[in-house]
Amino acid sequence: MNQDLRREREAASFNPELLTHVLDGSPENTRRRREIENLILNDPDFQHEDLNFLSRSQRYEVAVKKSASMVKKMREFGIADPEEIVWFKKIHLVNFVEPVSLNFSMFIPTLLNQGTTAQQEKWLLSCKGLEIIGTYAQTEMGHGTHLRGLETTATYDPETQEFILNSPTVTSIKWWPGGLGKTSNHAIVLAQLITKGKCYGLHAFIVPIREIGTHKPLPGITVGDIGPKFGYDEMDNGYLKMDNYRIPRENMLMKYAQVKPDGTYVKPVSNKLTYGTMVFVRSFLVGEAARSLSKACTIAIRYSAVRHQSELKPGEPEPQILDFQTQQYKLFPLLATAYAFQFVGAYMKETYHRINEDIGQGDLSELPELHALTAGLKAFTSWTTNAAIEACRMACGGHGYSHCSGLPNIYVNFTPTCTFEGENTVMMLQTARFLMKSYDQVHSGKLMCGMVSYLNDLPSQRIQPQQVAVWPTVVDIDSPDSLTEAYKLRAARLVEIAAKNLQNEVIHRESKEVAWNLTSIDLVRASEAHCHYVVVKLFSEKLLKIQDKSIHTVLKNLCLLYCLYGVSQKAGDFLQGGIMTESQITQVNQRIKELLTVIRPDAVALVDAFDFQDVTLGSVLGRYDGNVYENLFEWAKKSPLNKAEVHESYHKYLKPLQSKL
Amino acid sequence: MGSPVHRVSLGDTWSRQVNPDIERERNIQSFNVERLTNILDGRAENTALRRKVESIIHSDPKCSLKDNYFMTQNECYEAAIQRKFHIQTIAKCLGWSENSPEFFYAYRAVSGEVALTIHSIFLQALRSLGSEEQIAKWAPLCNNFQIITTYAQTELGHGTYLQGLETEATYDAATQEFVVHSPTMTATKWWPGDLGRSATHALVQAQLICSGARQGMHAFIVPIRSLEDHTPLPGITVGDIGPKMGFDCTDHGFLRLDHVRIPRDNMLSRFAQVLPDGTYLKLGKLQINYLSMVITRVNLLWGEVTPILQKACVIAIRYSVIRRQSCLRPSDPEAKVLDHQTQQQKLFPQLATAYAFHFLTSNLLEFFHSSYDAILNKDFSLLPEMAGFLEKNYLQAQASQDSTSQRSLPQSVAYLTAADLAKCPAQKAADFLHPQLYTKAWAHVAARLIKDSAHHLQTLMQSGADRYEAWNQTTVMHIQAAKAHCHYVSVKNFTETLDKLENEPAIQQVLKRLCDLYALHGILTNSGDFLHDGFLSGAQVDAVRTAYLDLLPLIRKDAILLTDAFDFMDQSLNSALGCYDGNVYERLFEWAQRSPTNTQGNPAYEKYLRPLLQSSRAKL
Repeated sequence: MNQDLRREREAASFNPELLTHVLDGSPENTRRRREIENLILNDPDFQHEDLNFLSRSQRYEVAVKKSASMVKKMREFGIADPEEIVWFKKIHLVNFVEPVSLNFSMFIPTLLNQGTTAQQEKWLLSCKGLEIIGTYAQTEMGHGTHLRGLETTATYDPETQEFILNSPTVTSIKWWPGGLGKTSNHAIVLAQLITKGKCYGLHAFIVPIREIGTHKPLPGITVGDIGPKFGYDEMDNGYLKMDNYRIPRENMLMKYAQVKPDGTYVKPVSNKLTYGTMVFVRSFLVGEAARSLSKACTIAIRYSAVRHQSELKPGEPEPQILDFQTQQYKLFPLLATAYAFQFVGAYMKETYHRINEDIGQGDLSELPELHALTAGLKAFTSWTTNAAIEACRMACGGHGYSHCSGLPNIYVNFTPTCTFEGENTVMMLQTARFLMKSYDQVHSGKLMCGMVSYLNDLPSQRIQPQQVAVWPTVVDIDSPDSLTEAYKLRAARLVEIAAKNLQNEVIHRESKEVAWNLTSIDLVRASEAHCHYVVVKLFSEKLLKIQDKSIHTVLKNLCLLYCLYGVSQKAGDFLQGGIMTESQITQVNQRIKELLTVIRPDAVALVDAFDFQDVTLGSVLGRYDGNVYENLFEWAKKSPLNKAEVHESYHKYLKPLQSKL
Repeated sequence: MGSPVHRVSLGDTWSRQVNPDIERERNIQSFNVERLTNILDGRAENTALRRKVESIIHSDPKCSLKDNYFMTQNECYEAAIQRKFHIQTIAKCLGWSENSPEFFYAYRAVSGEVALTIHSIFLQALRSLGSEEQIAKWAPLCNNFQIITTYAQTELGHGTYLQGLETEATYDAATQEFVVHSPTMTATKWWPGDLGRSATHALVQAQLICSGARQGMHAFIVPIRSLEDHTPLPGITVGDIGPKMGFDCTDHGFLRLDHVRIPRDNMLSRFAQVLPDGTYLKLGKLQINYLSMVITRVNLLWGEVTPILQKACVIAIRYSVIRRQSCLRPSDPEAKVLDHQTQQQKLFPQLATAYAFHFLTSNLLEFFHSSYDAILNKDFSLLPEMAGFLEKNYLQAQASQDSTSQRSLPQSVAYLTAADLAKCPAQKAADFLHPQLYTKAWAHVAARLIKDSAHHLQTLMQSGADRYEAWNQTTVMHIQAAKAHCHYVSVKNFTETLDKLENEPAIQQVLKRLCDLYALHGILTNSGDFLHDGFLSGAQVDAVRTAYLDLLPLIRKDAILLTDAFDFMDQSLNSALGCYDGNVYERLFEWAQRSPTNTQGNPAYEKYLRPLLQSSRAKL
């Protein structure tokens, strides 16, 4: 092991194993996760191809191979528990994206949520066994987040009892669905239902797209790959165009809405339940943000302990770059953020399962808040993580740009999270809608509960800046609870400002919608402040549950750093709201620098506790053993570009260039 | 006037039909776009010359970027070499001289997607570090491509910190040669462009050792590949460093030197010399070695940073008037996304920054040209001033933090000593639309942050910390101060540019809105710094926000024209979303169908999907 990393690990103030247990939820979870990981790593069939050296077509091929072998291996090892499947996939796929993943993440769940018992009986077995590989086709070339704008039509023909599917315009071509381009033979297609001459809005239809046996597109179907993207190389995101393509009436998912054989439309009782899948996916994405950020921090911090550069004092050897204050200032707030998001991700998962049980018992009361919270947190955590991964990459200097660092791959595969499953700005505005509604309810005398209960304490006149003196407490910058209060005041203030500005615009504008648009920057700010408060609150509350003293100490420092760094970045909000004074902000900035020094000796142990296998990190710079440079050279030599000593373009172009000119 | 005919003929015209959504945007003629393009180009003659060069390049299919996105790294490299070859041939035919505007415009036309770009950096280094005899010997070889060169500085274990480089050049007086050697793994040269597979010669930065003494970094010309068959020369290990996040067209390389001997004359000796007997002779300041890096940075700003931001703005803003999403009024069709306030908030500050950086860089360039000759004439008096002005950190990315580049703040920071207001006098939102007022606000904040960090450093030292530790403990503050300074410089420069446009009132007005937006957006994103010492009150920050929000719809009207004025051809943008005629979706569909994933079959189906589908069917 590299000497620098050995020293770092020996000097840590706590045992990272205990922190790993906290992150996994229990020592038993850690044990079982590692058991599953080792099943794969010790399996002679397991091959680890370096995806960086493969062309797009090769990556797709390897990914399909991995998908296929995974189905076999999971059967062989008897992995069936959902949590265990996640652990299994993460290590089996390494960093490959899975072309058949939508079959499991969207096709089957939609069938379960929206299909009748008969439909489930008909389709479920064949798609679970991958006789059918399904995908989920919602977005179109010209339409995304705004579902009502989708153009694909499904017109019912009572004569033959069939739906006729059409893509009437270029913009209506289904665009982006994963696995659609080359892999799937069926798709659940969202289309505008038209029956008896009337449009009833979006409904879901099971559409066969490729012939079983030959895999050729069926007549009336135009399907293909949408071309190369920023990342997701091995995913065949696809397009789908349908021309008078007929499917039987039974292929419409009819658990809620129905079309009778004669074409009569029967309305669904409630459409709230269709939220379910979205809420689940978005709460899952919060955990994915935490995971991607944790990986990026692991790589950047380990490398910063191995890399030596410049001088702090003349004559002394070059120091580890992690000893530079600027490097600590770049990385430690991100490390604290990674921990914060880990705990938020775990909370979201628990909450989702709890509320899902309530829904099962017919209690939908918490669903609106959960929907608003997942939307906002999905946006808040993915925006932060997106910027943070890039910051980690740049903190690795030039080598961060090489694929050997693993960071470009993490970034390009994470960044679509900001725009898929609900574009982030739209998500923030959904949260804002909930906040505005809650604000109005408080004003009409109703008390709010849950994360927005702080709105109950808002005397409406307090918003005048002159009245700042009425804020109840002085912020103690060494107390996470007190800082949580400060974030709460900031959120309350920005929600109130947005609400008042909205009211003001409503008075002056022709319509509510115009007023909403002209307040939307304020509304997004309010949602961000709300989400920031939730994250701070959850992190602080997590501290109360930590028994081990050494772990508690180190997590408390991270929690303080997370809170204070946010205050420093948004100092204007805290000053303007009179929540903190100028001298407190100066203290906050000073305290941040002290915390950097306090966290410094534990930095490597803190990323070790994330417990990533080297194959999962996929990074030469982030290797556990720290033997970076030797392996960097070995890695480069393996690059296909070095296969021939003299590249053919020398003979084609360079040689003639030298002679011609 | 706006010569709309010419403009419509821009691009490779998908069809004669321009998307009506973008056409309508162009009907609003609040200023003369052509005139603004001339201003951006410097003058109308430059615009004409640029267009002439671009049309020559774009009419040559061998220079096309069209299929770039479908290529493997190998294919990209080959295409970039081919492009370079053709541009070079064209240049020879038409008599373009090296470093001429024609060349610059040609590179702009192909978005810099050409190989052998370090060749010119070698030449620049040669010119600034080489003696007259050396220049006379090597420059013609370079110009005629008899040799292909690269500049090898960074090593596997060392980058920014030049003194830390490990490669050694030891003088052997017996043979009058330097022995160039990589003593450790970390000394391996790593990252130089064109080194991996193209270069025949490298300018190697190495520690000079002569007569037993280390003399620091010097530059040596080292032959690395055979001029006969391009194979590596004895003692040379060279190759490509592997795939990267981008730059597929460049073969960044590694280089290990095993006691490679080169003649004494191969050390560049304008500023330092080794005599035959090994005596070391200094002819100038050591820091002059930075000169070629500084030159590279200026070119980076002008050739890379600014146009890339401009192109990104063109693509995002054009697409935002084609893409429709959600309704702003219940009965209306879906609105253009550019009409959403949140979209304006995302894009207009970037557009304003693109203009701010454009004017900043063109002024820097002027300054650079006026002082470059003085330096070559061994007049070093301007160098510290210049290094300060050329801080690339702020421009490169406001977020990126370069800890070494702000040690020498420019001498002429007049605002540090100028009379300062303790409080901003603005009373209402409209007051914040005065360039003098917000320039002063930025000066105030920059001055305060510089003062605070200096004070912090002093306090630490007075409390017993040694100088170096104290410096390290102040670097976060220093960077904050340096950024504020750069922000101030770019705001000030933008306002001065406006002053020069008094004969162009329409253009001045539209650019002033961008300048206002640039300054105010900066104040809002750093409002803590302005509130901190009470320079702005909470009510004043609210007024800034009001002024800022009111600017968005004004800029909205001119947004397309402001991006058209950058005058990028579709072939350079190479973007389905950013095309001039707005036929986005048609291009997108056509583009996807050309993808190799659709034209080259699906081997994965035969190999894996079919067995997978069938194995499970057998089980069912």
